[in-house]
Amino acid sequence: MTTTEPRTSFEIGGIGHSVLRKEDARFIQGRGNYLDDINLPGQLHMAILRSPVAHARINSIDTSAAQAVTGVIAVVTGELMAAHNLAWMPTLSGDTQAVLATDKVRYQGQEVAAVIATDPYIARDALPLIEVDYELLEPVTTPQQSLGGDAPLIRDEKEGQTDNVAYTWESGDKSATDDAFAKAAKVVSLTTHYPRSHPSPLETCGILADVNPATGQATLYLTSQAPHAHRTLFAIVAGLPEESIRIISPDLGGGFGNKVPIYPGYVVATAASLLIGKPVKWIESRSENLISTGFGRDYHMDGELALDGDGRIIGMRSNVLSDQGAFFSDAQPTKFKAGLFHIVTGSYDYPAAYVSAKGAFTNKAPGGVAYRCSFRVTEASYFIERLVDKAAQLEMDPAEFRLKNFIKPEQFPYRSPTGFIYDSGDYHTALKLAMEMIDYDGWRQRQAERRDNDPDGKQIGIGIASFTEVVGAGNSREYDIAGLKMFDSAELRVHPTGKAILKLGVKSQGQGHETTFAQIVAEELGIPAGHIKVQEGDTDNTPYGLGTYASRSTPVGGAATAMVARKVREKARQLAAHLLEASADDLEWEPGKFTVKGTDQGVTIQEIAFAAYTNHPEGMEAGLEDVCYYDPPNMTYPFGSYIVVVEIDPGDGTWQVLDMVAVDDCGVRINPMIVEGQITGGLTEGFAKANMQWITFDEDGNCIGSNFLDYMIPTAWETPRFRLGQTVTPSPHHPIGAKGVGESATVGSPAAFVNAVVDALW
Amino acid sequence: MQITVKINGTDYEGDVEPRLLLIDFIRSQVGLTGTHIGCDTSSCGACTVIFNGKPMKSCTMFAVQADGTEIGTVEGLKQGANLHPIQTAFHEKHGLQCEFCTPGMMLVGASLLETNPNPSDDEVRWAISGNICRCTGYTNIVAAIQEAGRSIATAGGSWS
Repeated sequence: MTTTEPRTSFEIGGIGHSVLRKEDARFIQGRGNYLDDINLPGQLHMAILRSPVAHARINSIDTSAAQAVTGVIAVVTGELMAAHNLAWMPTLSGDTQAVLATDKVRYQGQEVAAVIATDPYIARDALPLIEVDYELLEPVTTPQQSLGGDAPLIRDEKEGQTDNVAYTWESGDKSATDDAFAKAAKVVSLTTHYPRSHPSPLETCGILADVNPATGQATLYLTSQAPHAHRTLFAIVAGLPEESIRIISPDLGGGFGNKVPIYPGYVVATAASLLIGKPVKWIESRSENLISTGFGRDYHMDGELALDGDGRIIGMRSNVLSDQGAFFSDAQPTKFKAGLFHIVTGSYDYPAAYVSAKGAFTNKAPGGVAYRCSFRVTEASYFIERLVDKAAQLEMDPAEFRLKNFIKPEQFPYRSPTGFIYDSGDYHTALKLAMEMIDYDGWRQRQAERRDNDPDGKQIGIGIASFTEVVGAGNSREYDIAGLKMFDSAELRVHPTGKAILKLGVKSQGQGHETTFAQIVAEELGIPAGHIKVQEGDTDNTPYGLGTYASRSTPVGGAATAMVARKVREKARQLAAHLLEASADDLEWEPGKFTVKGTDQGVTIQEIAFAAYTNHPEGMEAGLEDVCYYDPPNMTYPFGSYIVVVEIDPGDGTWQVLDMVAVDDCGVRINPMIVEGQITGGLTEGFAKANMQWITFDEDGNCIGSNFLDYMIPTAWETPRFRLGQTVTPSPHHPIGAKGVGESATVGSPAAFVNAVVDALW
Repeated sequence: MQITVKINGTDYEGDVEPRLLLIDFIRSQVGLTGTHIGCDTSSCGACTVIFNGKPMKSCTMFAVQADGTEIGTVEGLKQGANLHPIQTAFHEKHGLQCEFCTPGMMLVGASLLETNPNPSDDEVRWAISGNICRCTGYTNIVAAIQEAGRSIATAGGSWS
């Protein structure tokens, strides 16, 4: 299939229609409701004092001058938090993280104290009046230094921790892989670093904590991609009864993984509200966001491909050294310490692979989040696509090398050497389409002519990436976050007038859920998408779910939506049988209507809905609603082939994109317009990471890139133009055949850009 | 200090500290929250307003500098029941995802169209190069601004 053909009318607006977004009505009029737009009577404001140095012992903290400022209500230190057993909190990776430092500071930007004041300006005024006596310690700024032997112990507070190793992990069959390498005709190796990057949603993180002193009810307005999981973790961290916690995640100004972790500021603001009895608001500055909240990547990778004499891959091994910062707070499934990095075997068919990974503590900010990717899949995709390109340079054209080594369509479902079951794919068609769209052979010819005719002038480089993602966690047998199983949920209520409300456990950050999830219901029930309200982000009013990250909304929440709509349709069938005085087995379904087979007698879903509340048969419960908790049988495996053509000036090393084609296959496309929008955004992210978007540190552990002047984010001027293509290979196990797409382009494209630059210089 | 600022045609008076940023005056004192804070350093453009007829970043101006001026925000784009063509075009061309940048993008786009009703792709990209979007990759924002230009031209150069 090359496109998703709609089966419903445009008026119904089911799957495959580019329905314009419902959420736009408020957004284009400046009527969104973001965290900082919410204010409560009597609210106080919090500002956080952060460490100016990367590693130091705290000898003393004197808050008296800050306390004396008019308008300051309280100054909170680690000592006060410790008195309430809240100086440390668990991370999503089974480690602990300081809420406010009590013993040492372990990275620049770490939270040391907080001021609560009547006005945000006053809160910030008081920060420099807090006197902290730091005794400087040697900063550890690279994982190599950290594990080098004579580095200071960063986590000296942690019982049993005698070195700076955060974790070790492995996957695959080492001895089978060693055998493959022993037989190899050629071995190609690569050492590379995927630099630290920061998701930087345009809206920073924040909280408005409102603990009612009379009832103990805690209403936490929170920039959260996973409000239900956060409610449970808050209950565990803060010791509050879970029924007393309501998390409301309002409109989010982007997330990209940055709003998955629980940050110390959330805990301090909640504790302050609890102790003071007034609402407390904390909104991060951009610098705070960049220096202290969840970064992405920072993977040092090396590895090898074993090739036979015909240019076929017969084995692969890779080793990761990850820079975790001071606390191991990656947001990823418990069993998988390096996330799903073992998807690093890529789109290729070979029997043996072995992956090992080790994480190192350093004096940098913690929080390796899945920055617009499934857990560590970007790093994996980057590594294999760089390595394959290097192998191709030794053997044959990189496109030909990929076509020769791809998993073939008839091999799906395909078990990878590290144990993934790829659900479906047609890699050859996607790459061939991309080559045709960009005129691959023509560019190779122009590249050769340029090299021959003007060897000292600007050179052309052509880069390919043929990625395979793994998204949509879980199943719940294998995947959990902090013990919470990775299913997701949908609750559907059809109102008497045939309109409906859909409540979800996932949470949009701009992906357009209010439109696309309504389209899934429209597809299944024939109720126009415009008549279906989608609600998310309020834990008191939506069913439990693990939230939106790792491209899991459509694979899991979307599946739950389709399945709950099918449950409702089955009840509608019983109601229709009652209304039509026919057997339920004699009814036929078409979108929006049941008819008696062979007759023109029928009832619409709207008539059925009305009957559910006005004329339901004896013995049947009234109403037309249901809930589904969907536990996916497998992950989904979106894929694609991207080709970039660059021109590089060997004089100064600058490069520009001459053309780029991105062919994506995310299975069935619910709303093609929204899918293409996400791909274009993701390609821009990939371009940025290949080009400019790095967070670096100096040797003292100072973060270089703590604002948008130093941390380069592409504007429209730098961003290249992209051309998009598609193939459609539905997921065989997903109820509507969709795979998820929000992250494909971020995962796949960085290697294409880098491969193109390397190709130009080759 | 006493200031009076005309925002979207209405006079707002305030007694402000000299250090109060204009964005905080607009958001917290006037209560118009469509204008956003994204970076604090004039880099992202989420705080863009129309200041005496020109796009300006309100996160690095003091409210007192706006005394006696006229300011337009996203809330003032719609005239009566009629959306501004730039609003319609952002919707129809899918020029927004999370929306945090959208008010700034629409105001800069609308301002560009006043002097250049039919801008090229490059002209639009240059005009919005002081505004960051983290979601869209800009393609549809450019298309939306150009589409709004065509709509205004079709309406005879005036839309309200």
